[in-house]
Amino acid sequence: MTTTAELMDYAEVVERYDPVLGLEVHVELSTKTKMFCGCPNSFGGDPNTHVCPVCLGMPGALPVVNGTAVESAIRIGLALNCDIAQWCRFARKNYFYPDMPKNFQTSQYDEPIAFDGHLDVVLDDGEVVRVDIERAHMEEDTGKSLHVGGATGRIHGAEHSLLDYNRAGVPLIEIVTKPIAGMGERAPEVARAYVTALRDLLRAMDVSDVRMDQGSLRCDANVSLMAKGANEFGTRTETKNVNSLRSVERAVRYEMTRHAAVLADGGSIKQETRHFQEADGTTAAGRTKETAEDYRYFPEPDLVPIAPTREWVDQLRATIPEMPWQRRKRIQDDWNLTDEELRDLVNTGAVDLVAATVDAGAAQADARSWWVQYLNQAATARETELADLAITPAEVARVIALVGSGELTHKLARQVVDGVLDGEGDPDQVIEARGLKVVSDDSALLAAVDEALAAQPDVADKIRGGKVQAAGAIVGAVMKATKGQADAARVRELILERVGAA
Amino acid sequence: MSDLTRLTAAELAEKIHTGEVTAAEVTQAHLDRIAAVDGDVHAFLHVDAEGALETARAVDADLAAGRAPVSPLAGVPLALKDVLTTRGVPTTCGSKTLEGWLPPYDATVTRRLREAGVPVLGKTNMDEFAMGSSTENSAYGPTHNPWDLDRIPGGSGGGSSASLAAYEAPLAIGTDTGGSIRQPAAVTATVGVKPTYGGVSRYGLVAFSSSLDQAGPCGRTVLDAALLHEVIAGHDPMDATSIDAPVPALADAAREGARGDLNGVKVGVVRELSGDGYQGGVLRSFDAAVAQLKELGAEVVEVSCPHFGYALSAYYLIAPSECSSNLARFDAMRYGLRVADDGSHSAEEVMSLTREEGFGAEVKRRVMLGTYALSSGYYDAYYGSAQKVRTLITRDFAAAFEQVDVLVSPTTPVTPFKLGEKVDDPLAMYLNDICSIPANLAGNAAMSVPSGLSDEDGLPVGLQIMAPALADDRLYRVGAAYEAARGPVLDKLGELEAAK
Repeated sequence: MTTTAELMDYAEVVERYDPVLGLEVHVELSTKTKMFCGCPNSFGGDPNTHVCPVCLGMPGALPVVNGTAVESAIRIGLALNCDIAQWCRFARKNYFYPDMPKNFQTSQYDEPIAFDGHLDVVLDDGEVVRVDIERAHMEEDTGKSLHVGGATGRIHGAEHSLLDYNRAGVPLIEIVTKPIAGMGERAPEVARAYVTALRDLLRAMDVSDVRMDQGSLRCDANVSLMAKGANEFGTRTETKNVNSLRSVERAVRYEMTRHAAVLADGGSIKQETRHFQEADGTTAAGRTKETAEDYRYFPEPDLVPIAPTREWVDQLRATIPEMPWQRRKRIQDDWNLTDEELRDLVNTGAVDLVAATVDAGAAQADARSWWVQYLNQAATARETELADLAITPAEVARVIALVGSGELTHKLARQVVDGVLDGEGDPDQVIEARGLKVVSDDSALLAAVDEALAAQPDVADKIRGGKVQAAGAIVGAVMKATKGQADAARVRELILERVGAA
Repeated sequence: MSDLTRLTAAELAEKIHTGEVTAAEVTQAHLDRIAAVDGDVHAFLHVDAEGALETARAVDADLAAGRAPVSPLAGVPLALKDVLTTRGVPTTCGSKTLEGWLPPYDATVTRRLREAGVPVLGKTNMDEFAMGSSTENSAYGPTHNPWDLDRIPGGSGGGSSASLAAYEAPLAIGTDTGGSIRQPAAVTATVGVKPTYGGVSRYGLVAFSSSLDQAGPCGRTVLDAALLHEVIAGHDPMDATSIDAPVPALADAAREGARGDLNGVKVGVVRELSGDGYQGGVLRSFDAAVAQLKELGAEVVEVSCPHFGYALSAYYLIAPSECSSNLARFDAMRYGLRVADDGSHSAEEVMSLTREEGFGAEVKRRVMLGTYALSSGYYDAYYGSAQKVRTLITRDFAAAFEQVDVLVSPTTPVTPFKLGEKVDDPLAMYLNDICSIPANLAGNAAMSVPSGLSDEDGLPVGLQIMAPALADDRLYRVGAAYEAARGPVLDKLGELEAAK
């Protein structure tokens, strides 16, 4: 049973109310093993194959902290300009859910590893907004429940539920912003831009896959409205199941229009968890709880406190890469790109690949053209990410060099790249195997030219008569005869020479 | 062959390793003894005859092939408290909740015993999830004290202590959260040691209160306990709270102590652990023990630990709080008991109904106490305050150990009471641990060694010796010296068969 919510026109919403956001982002770290045991931390796998007594919460089993996860947590904290705790602990968050094996989540409560930071976020028009970070803390992921039967895939109405604990114990970092206020109509855009910036940063740091579609980056969006001029925040809702960057923006915008309609009608917002529905861009109320959840936090007695030394923190500080948006700015300046060219580069995820191709000796315009156009199309056709294509920046640079020296035409170069993508070897091996080198031997070309002229004497006459553009038909015939392996410009020169028109 | 069961572990080890008897013979003798008396004592919840004999035969094969014994206790059988996991062997923790559960993994203590060639005779009875002082909270019925079958064998590890006193096993493993090794040792006239917290791995010890639980050795002599302690102790990467430091030479300390010279050792008598509520015979036995220590050359002084009076209260906030979280995993979803799984109940209902049926009254009481103590708005007043008391008690110990090498007190305020006498009076039951709890809260090492029989009822009394963290060797030196001077106590217990 769903009722269509009343919504207020967005322009009116921002005229009457100030939105306040709070974003909680969960990031699954891409460590080799789980947070507290030696099980592999990898997406997928047959259900309940990446499990052991520890992550199954068997009686007697004990956690041991994954040092790499702590290192990643500190690095993330540093990248977000946070203070790093000199001493912190894990805590138990007690609640019951069948996909949480111990019925408490080992998390951090009042002693997070990183706190009081900020992230500068660039909006589409180039404006920079500073988002303050409350804290970043370590915790473990839960397993997954699959509710079978019933219409919604949710627990209500399901006939039975299946549990997969492969994800249980995967290291998570939860990053919580301070309230983001004063953004007005741009609030939804700010939300998207923040999550985008965070994703780019974490990807650049190589600490997570940051795949929203696979759940390795998840965003819960808290939204409230307060009447213009008010000082106190309104009641917030927390929207979950927001699985793409676009959804972040849509979910915030939807909640703003829904809240406004309720408030304008004299109603009040219920503090609740809502689920974003991708299909129609709306949110639906989750199950309302009769009583407030009391998590009964207390320090985790099975783990010892974490006290990172200053030396270690300083070492990790040195590993923090340039902020992605700063790097993009630098690349735009260095390569003299228009905003549009930069956006294409960023949106296709090609920045690093192009930079690496340039490092391998290619001109940036050529490198950009290959990655943003032909290879991006190839990635789409092969349903993979650009970075996952079976070609390296060095190989792309080699192809570009061969085109530059005239050894490959553009058409041949694409065939070479296709061969590399199909796993036939590196560019030189593909050229060798497929016989794709440009025919640059004039005597071989002349034979083909003579043959083509002899086959079309009327065209030859036209050229002799001064209609130089008629040479195109002969060029086409020669290219066909040489299977495209000739340099068309040279063929044209030879035709003109042969008919005495040069 | 039944006289094999009267020997100490050290004597048995020597006979096995010199080829005088086989490990299989020794193990079989104890299995026979169990078959003969455990119907009355009920020390065991599960006897693993085949597993024990298999280990024993492997030791014999090793020795027959001329190889050195894999450990000083290779071939000497043992009784394991049912709170430590044993791969493929039932582990119930004395609870219906885990009836029929076969753990998929060995506790580190279990693994070390196997690696040391120690045959595990079976799993011993205990108060449910180690909550209790009498084994009366076991879902499988109480254990009976071999000194008087109508009396309690102590708890929670009453099965382990009774198995020693009934000569069913020469060695046993217990766990001690508030006295569950020492109090049973005291009331059965056996030796029990709570090692320094972190000295023995907790991996595979089904948690009651994680910050207090500690597995430790039980034996009929101080030397036997030391030999066993050395087998199970040492750093374990699977337990983050395990101490990464060398284990002191414990058996050497026991042998040194047995020479009977305590000159240069300073002993502190804890003023706060005596007086009102202590049985006269217990205090007189304690005074005699202190006099004996002086005769051995020890310098004895009285010390004050002013915050020990708050230990019991702090304990009954911290332990239930941790237990309320530790026991949350028993939700009928993955293992153990599951009731009302008929398709008409929700997951929450199945969990609730299973817990209603699977947990006993004392476990429920402590889960409720702990849930309350941790709840929002009460945390600071209860759990928070208790942790402060804990810090003060730790400081009391630190101050005392600046003056003395070890502290002594009675292990328990009274001798073993009758089964059923205190089941309806939890506070009276809790008072049994008033002397033992401070060492758990502070994490230091403590031992109970027999100090004779109470002059008014002829029942066993224990002397508690406490040492600083990581100084477990002091317990063995002082304990062995006292034991040698006082002479055996358990020998006064007539053959159980004769008593019948």
